[in-house]
Amino acid sequence: MMGEHTVAAALPDNMVVGIILDDMSVNVESLQSSAYFSGLSSEEFDSIKGHIFEKAVARGEIVLFEGEPARAVYFVVSGVVKIFKTSTDGKEQILYLARPGDSFNDVPVFDGGLSLASAEALTQVVLYAIKKSDLETSLQEYPKLAMNVTHVLSKRIEQVISLVEDLSFRRVTGRVAKILLENTEDTDGHKHRLTQQEMAAMAGTAREMIGRSLKLLEEEGKVRLERNRIVITDKEALMEVAGVGR
Amino acid sequence: MARMPVIDRNKCNGCGLCVEVCQCQVLVLIGNAVEIKEDRKCHLCTRWCTMCETVCPTGAIQCPFEVVVEE
Repeated sequence: MMGEHTVAAALPDNMVVGIILDDMSVNVESLQSSAYFSGLSSEEFDSIKGHIFEKAVARGEIVLFEGEPARAVYFVVSGVVKIFKTSTDGKEQILYLARPGDSFNDVPVFDGGLSLASAEALTQVVLYAIKKSDLETSLQEYPKLAMNVTHVLSKRIEQVISLVEDLSFRRVTGRVAKILLENTEDTDGHKHRLTQQEMAAMAGTAREMIGRSLKLLEEEGKVRLERNRIVITDKEALMEVAGVGR
Repeated sequence: MARMPVIDRNKCNGCGLCVEVCQCQVLVLIGNAVEIKEDRKCHLCTRWCTMCETVCPTGAIQCPFEVVVEE
């Protein structure tokens, strides 16, 4: 019946029940803005839409946990989702922030494995999702969808390669140390102020790497992070990290 | 010395993401731009979380750091 919502039935274990949206309810523009569905014909799109279900997530709620079976690909309709990994000693490493139009949990769904990262809603979030089995069926039926997925995964590989490059930690941390030393109060008493974004641009790296580098320098006792100040607590050691003369 | 985030109203598109992520509730959406509540401050944390800067899609809100050498 038109306008009626149906609760998804026969969902696998560990999947929170979502709401299957009828033709009138799916936010077509939101879906079409995702790289997955770009360029699909209306017929192809209408067919795939029937497999999409919606999930509303409150701020702070965990959408999925690293290591749990990956059963659906998620698309962000509104809000921001933090995709992160947690180390054995509890440290969090943000991989990326998924914004409207982005997808997550793609790789483990196609790989048939476990979720590679956790996902937490940083704000109120609305997600659309498609179950692995439905996605696989659609990929076989619609080559254009398969091509789009290939492009998405290729971009994901590029991002990971870039992250691996940056994760040669010492290189980036050395650059950050140099930036800090070059931007302390100058002889005229003028105080420079830098955002993490600016430091990232100066260091030629991602903003997330600046945060990690600063934390590392703090753990090593070379700086102390305060509310709006970075205090160099061991200038000589910082100079050593930066590779500059005394 | 600014102890609160700095907002560029020309860049702010009023999306409100920074307001949603702020744990200290110092940000408020007035009209189509974000402002800092004068009577609040980042009191829940000893350092800036900088999440507002992280989520902002336009770079309108920033948390600049001063770099000083401890004597």
